[in-house]
Amino acid sequence: MAFREYKIGARMFGLAFGTSMFITLYMPAVDISNVSVTATGLHRQLSFGRMGGFGYEDMLLQGINKPVSVVIKTDPQSGAAIEPTRAYVYEAGVPFPNGLRHPRILGKGPEALSMSKGRISESSESNGAVFIVREVEQNGEMVPYIENATAVRGWAPSATLAKVSEADRYHVGKGKIMFVREGCWWCHTLLPEETQDWQYFGAPPMLGDFNGENPTAFGSDRKAPDLTHVGSRNSSREWMTLHFFNPRLVQPHSIMPRYDYLWGDVDANGNKINFKDWYASYDEYSAGKRVYPPEVPEPSKDSEARALIDFVLNLK
Amino acid sequence: MFKYLFAKNEDIPAGAAAVFFGFSAIVWFIVGTGLGSFNAAKLAFPDFIYGVEMLAFGHMRQVHVLAVILGWISMAFAMAMMYITPALGNTKLWSEKLGVWNCFLWNVGLALGLFLLWMGVTSGREYSDLPWFIDLVVIFGVLFPLGLNVWMTIKTRRTQGIYTTNWFFGAATFMVMIVFLVGNSPEFFSLTGLTEAYLTWWFAHNVLGLWITPVAAAISYYIVPKVTGNPLYSHRIGHLHFWSVVVFYSTPAAHHLMSAPLPEWLKSFASVEGVLILVPAIAFVSNLLLTMTGKWKMFVENVEIKFTISGVLMAIPLNMQGGFQQTRAINWYIHGTGWIVAHAHLALLGFSTFLEAAAVYYGLQTLLRRKLYSLALANFHFWMLLIGFTTYWISMTIAGLIQGAGKIYEVPYIDVVIAEHPYMIARWVGGTMVFLGNCVWLFNMWKTARAGTVIPAGRLPHELAYER
Repeated sequence: MAFREYKIGARMFGLAFGTSMFITLYMPAVDISNVSVTATGLHRQLSFGRMGGFGYEDMLLQGINKPVSVVIKTDPQSGAAIEPTRAYVYEAGVPFPNGLRHPRILGKGPEALSMSKGRISESSESNGAVFIVREVEQNGEMVPYIENATAVRGWAPSATLAKVSEADRYHVGKGKIMFVREGCWWCHTLLPEETQDWQYFGAPPMLGDFNGENPTAFGSDRKAPDLTHVGSRNSSREWMTLHFFNPRLVQPHSIMPRYDYLWGDVDANGNKINFKDWYASYDEYSAGKRVYPPEVPEPSKDSEARALIDFVLNLK
Repeated sequence: MFKYLFAKNEDIPAGAAAVFFGFSAIVWFIVGTGLGSFNAAKLAFPDFIYGVEMLAFGHMRQVHVLAVILGWISMAFAMAMMYITPALGNTKLWSEKLGVWNCFLWNVGLALGLFLLWMGVTSGREYSDLPWFIDLVVIFGVLFPLGLNVWMTIKTRRTQGIYTTNWFFGAATFMVMIVFLVGNSPEFFSLTGLTEAYLTWWFAHNVLGLWITPVAAAISYYIVPKVTGNPLYSHRIGHLHFWSVVVFYSTPAAHHLMSAPLPEWLKSFASVEGVLILVPAIAFVSNLLLTMTGKWKMFVENVEIKFTISGVLMAIPLNMQGGFQQTRAINWYIHGTGWIVAHAHLALLGFSTFLEAAAVYYGLQTLLRRKLYSLALANFHFWMLLIGFTTYWISMTIAGLIQGAGKIYEVPYIDVVIAEHPYMIARWVGGTMVFLGNCVWLFNMWKTARAGTVIPAGRLPHELAYER
């Protein structure tokens, strides 16, 4: 062991490996942390909640302890009609996303505005809060920030939810969990490429579109269309319902798996879903013995299927 | 093997841990390729199985990947380290008991992790899919004990120098721990956004570049000279290989995200460093092929050399693809297509698996002191692997080129799916051949342990004639 070369070698190894880690970890980290969040980035993290994958609040990835995205049409405080506003309801105990836990990651402008005008430091996970995304002009640029509507406007989470109809609720946070758990991202990317994709799948994302999101689940293998802007291309809930239950109902050549098991046991009307009969009727239909396929049950409002459809429809 | 868990270290026969690892690796290989074949069937025939959450593609795809990487490949590495490191140091493994426990914990931890993953408990990050508490088990229950055994065996060696293979083993076990610790930090510390995306691919790149590629290469640095009897062509080229792996292979992580909005300097830097991967690649391939000088008939006659040199030869297209497909000029066309899937299988199922298979073949014969049971079955295994893999690689490469064309000419996506269908069937056929070949392999190695010709003391396995 007393070879001098090995001492030199070990030090050279440390130098080479350390330099490599400095360039590939420290330098990008400094660069990325200087990026200010965009309005898209704020909407994304507020709708997804703290974790889109495994986390202490949802160990078995059932979509529990997630925020609900809602469209508010009447002011929950005064009852007056207002311009439809997208808001994110965090009921008591639902963990906040990273932008609220560590506002530093929002970047300088949005951080300062969220603290001063948005009063986000007055929100707490134990009481819950309602958040909205706002923008103001600063030096000729629109700067987005998070507003704690519970403090600024007096919108309490439970009162807000009570004022919102079922049709205006989107379980996007739970849906992101379904997207990750069911492995949608093994085939559908969430990252249009900076080549020609923008003509077909919509604009590629910007640097600040992801601050606060975990996991980003970009995906790497595109066996299927990119979904980043799918809600803008196809906003039909009915189409999505058919497509998730059995993709071959709306696209005969699709190789997507059936996600009928996300419907659970009962449909929206509380009737038990008879999968066995459905499969038998569908087999007759695909064999040409029936003119129409069997009716697809409507997912119940607490089902995983509904959350996943909400998530996909909100990818805009 | 279980009886050795609570035996005294001196009472455990030398090589017990390596044998335990060797058979575990083969079993995980069968599991991993079986899952791969099952998944491929679903891509070819989407209504093959439906209605069961646990059998859905999205629940099983990552189990296939990690069963192969952490089960087959990494356990075959551990097996190779457990017998090659002491052999090259003219000594015994530092702690056989630690090795046996390492293998036991590895199997238990991996089975638990994959079961959770199968249920859907995932971090949602490709290659680092395992939730963070399983990552901690992998780092401290699996990689650290392995590294400790390797480092201490090198330290207590009875030779003067350290042979090339052992530099790689010692360095790679250290680097892979750093890669796991840093690469999973988004989960440990809830890092978000582009940092999370970048670290995901930093992990994925470096686990390939600093663990799988160098250790696989290190194995062949041992097998080829040992079996052919030729000395390594050049230790200096070995130096070049080692240092260029550390410097060039550890830096291009961002080239996996060329289409993501990462800082442009980072992508350009990664792309240039990515081309420089050709330096270690050329050093490695030329060194090994020149070591074969005068012994090329063994490429035909000897099963270990047949596997090793096939793997080394596959490193040529692998690195030619790897070096250039990540440049912007090519990446925009093939990114996210089946081309990349083909390339990943060329790295793991082509290049690296063939080198590890040779190490397991050679190691089990040496340690069990039994000549391989059947040459015919070994040849059958080789050709099933090679033809199955080639079918897979060619069909996925073509599918990828179709996808790439569909992508840039804005063909409606469903037309791409229709065009790919025959290649999806071919990929399933290829993958199934690999799976069946591996089943035969397990049978062959089991019979070797039970009924192979006993190798007399002082002889090497390949010096004996086959009886079957």
